[in-house]
Amino acid sequence: MRMFRRSWIALLAIALVFGLAAVAQQQGGTLIFARGGDSVRLDPADITDGESVKVCQNIFNTLYEFDLGTSSVHPALATGYEVSEDGLEWTFFLREGVMFHPWGDNASYEMTAEDVVFTFARQYDENHPYHEGDFAYWGYMYNYITNAEAVDDYTVKFTLSRPSAPNLLNLSCFTAMIVSKRAMEDMGVEAFRNNPVGTGPFKFVSWTRGSEIVLERFDGYWNAPYPYLDGVVFRVIPEEQARLIALKAGEIDIMDSVTPDNAPLIEDDANLTLLEAPGLNVGYVAMNQMVEPFDNILVRLAVNHAVDKQMLVDTFYKGRGEPAVNPMPSNLWGWNDEIVDYEYNPELARAFLAAAGYPDGFDTELWYMPVFRDYFPQPKLIAQAIQAQLADVGIRAELVTFEWGTYLEKTEAGEHPMAMLGWMGDNGDPDNFIYVLLDKDSATVGSAGNIAFYINDTLHDLNIAAQIVSDVDTRIGLYKAAQVIIHGDAPWLTVATANRMVGVRSYVQDYDLNPVVKGRMEFVWRNDL
Amino acid sequence: MLKYTIRRLIAIIPVLLGLLVLISLLIEFIPGDPARVMLGQHVSEEALEILRERMGLNRPFIVRFGIYLGNLFRGDWGTSIREGRPILTILAERIPATFELSLAAMIVSSVVGIAIGILSAYRQYSVLDYTGMFIALVGISMPVFWLGLMMIYVFSLVVPILPFGGRLTTGVALNSVTGFYVLDAIVTGNGPALGDVLKHLVMPAIALGTIPMAIITRMTRSSMLEVLRQDYINTARAKGLASRVVVLRHAFKNALIPVVTVVGLNFGVLLGGAILTETVFAWPGLGTWLLDSIYARDYPAVQGGVLFIGAAFILINLLVDLSYAWINPKVKYD
Repeated sequence: MRMFRRSWIALLAIALVFGLAAVAQQQGGTLIFARGGDSVRLDPADITDGESVKVCQNIFNTLYEFDLGTSSVHPALATGYEVSEDGLEWTFFLREGVMFHPWGDNASYEMTAEDVVFTFARQYDENHPYHEGDFAYWGYMYNYITNAEAVDDYTVKFTLSRPSAPNLLNLSCFTAMIVSKRAMEDMGVEAFRNNPVGTGPFKFVSWTRGSEIVLERFDGYWNAPYPYLDGVVFRVIPEEQARLIALKAGEIDIMDSVTPDNAPLIEDDANLTLLEAPGLNVGYVAMNQMVEPFDNILVRLAVNHAVDKQMLVDTFYKGRGEPAVNPMPSNLWGWNDEIVDYEYNPELARAFLAAAGYPDGFDTELWYMPVFRDYFPQPKLIAQAIQAQLADVGIRAELVTFEWGTYLEKTEAGEHPMAMLGWMGDNGDPDNFIYVLLDKDSATVGSAGNIAFYINDTLHDLNIAAQIVSDVDTRIGLYKAAQVIIHGDAPWLTVATANRMVGVRSYVQDYDLNPVVKGRMEFVWRNDL
Repeated sequence: MLKYTIRRLIAIIPVLLGLLVLISLLIEFIPGDPARVMLGQHVSEEALEILRERMGLNRPFIVRFGIYLGNLFRGDWGTSIREGRPILTILAERIPATFELSLAAMIVSSVVGIAIGILSAYRQYSVLDYTGMFIALVGISMPVFWLGLMMIYVFSLVVPILPFGGRLTTGVALNSVTGFYVLDAIVTGNGPALGDVLKHLVMPAIALGTIPMAIITRMTRSSMLEVLRQDYINTARAKGLASRVVVLRHAFKNALIPVVTVVGLNFGVLLGGAILTETVFAWPGLGTWLLDSIYARDYPAVQGGVLFIGAAFILINLLVDLSYAWINPKVKYD
């Protein structure tokens, strides 16, 4: 009996060991990540393009970071924070023992509060000796931060000009990545852009412009045991078909920006895996309420009933997305799942038009984007489909477009009757959609983010309240109410949210298809070693 | 000949100046706010204004152009607004890649084109001739983009013997001193790297060379036909010289001038940046960089890139003209 029990225990132990080994991440190997364009600069405070962000994501860290696959955050370079009662002072407690990468002949050194203060001060202080660059995102997303000071070596206090509930998420985004003060002072800003030094899982090795950026594992990384990989190479392959062939041939390991047409080719290949997740984006047609007849709610409701969004998603997104109900994507917290979308009903659309005083319809323009984005993969074709459906109910829309910079200028100036546009979220906060795109504060002619020029005071009050209040459940309630108001006023025809897709070789594990964070390789490993 | 060369070199300056004025005016008239195009949607008005100030957009065109010219004469080609790096540094990175690819494409197209052209002329109206002309027709009609993708599909995936793109396989060590990878590999005695670099050159050189090959084939054929009809060719034949000697030594040398002109002109065109080939084969050359700069309204980059291409084209033309004197001793330059 004793022998039987001993053998049974032994068997159990062996099974446990093998079981653990089967799921254990393997250390080692290099992966090649192929994208459609090169990075522009690697100074995280001074970038706006996704390709630069993807590489910086691996070289730097932020005070808080996004969880895997979601837009919630957890402590990273900071271990905690406190907010003053009035919401105007945020104090962060820094993690001790975080090391910067070595550079040139310089050794690794520990990050302290002066590096954090340097990172922010060089952005907000025009007289800072290292304030060199455009800092486009600072003014757009961070200009409520007026001061950063080091309370002691491991404590930083930020002073805000107004309360900001999204502040923690903003500080988790790329503009707030912590740079090495000593490295930047040593080499200057221009050199730093091409030889970045951070605290991230990978350190910069080399950059062959137009070709590849090589990163290698940083052994002193604070978040051990990560990273698993020995190195990552970011390669440039501009042509998508060439990228796909390279993936199939095994010459690259990860293919970025897979379009709906190529997705089935990856799914059908036994050596490849298609990773797919809803994107943090929304495509819409804004109806300009400064232009008749779109100031009439009945007309806007008619437009909403005239278009079959499911058909658009099936045809132009190949089903890789979903019709948008609300002005923010369904994967974003605070999305109101109780709102029922306007049904596709041309008869009802005609009835609304007649009630609005347009029984024979009317003539107008539908502006469409000259460039494609995730949320509108084929803007002209989508516009033509919408045009045809509007014509069916009597709205005769002429298609109009302009060069992209001009398009943005003119729509911000409110020169359009109806215009297609979209938005990709920056920080995983509903404020980044609803306030930026639909609040009356954003409806300034000449610089409008709210190109429907939709003014609703109640919505504004809800948005401001949600910016001040920090309790998440309260904010969710406020944003859900905001979506009800927006749905009722129908300033847009909300079209679709597109999925993000990345193709990988099947041995690539744990690639994070995060809605906010892109190209993060910290947790990735290979199971073929 | 020296005086002629110097005169031609001096004449480059007004030509390049005219080219600069033209390009600067053209990009000035491209619609859209350059600052907005560069920074995108997620940007504040203040940042846009700061960038407009930095790009000098708040100053009149003539002032901006004057400042640019002044800096140019001091050897300062400006800084890329998009990348924040000196234009000359960027050109030094990009030019070798384009030059190497263009040269490879011209070698392939010249060797193949001249060979087919000579054979076609020598055997006019034969099956060989018709085959040669068919190859030329296909070469000039085939879209480079499509040909490139087909080649990658066949030789990188179906029968994987060649790399899909780029200049060098990741991980292959090469000490790149000049940026001309073939030269660097030879000079440093790096055999494995040389092999790798040459393998990367094969497909893009062939794809890029098809159109020049077709043009060179046709030009060689027609030029050879004209020469083969000359009396001195008949005389040479009558004297009992072997056909090969007649064709290659006598006829070909006299047929060379139009062929050299076409080769030179095409090389100049390729140096302008083979955008489609560079895109398909992920070749980090001048063409894709210039295209990105135009899209981003990076004025200094566009001006610098066009200036280089213009200068290169003019210099190549000069070399082609000078080569006539070497080919045909009767040609003299004063």
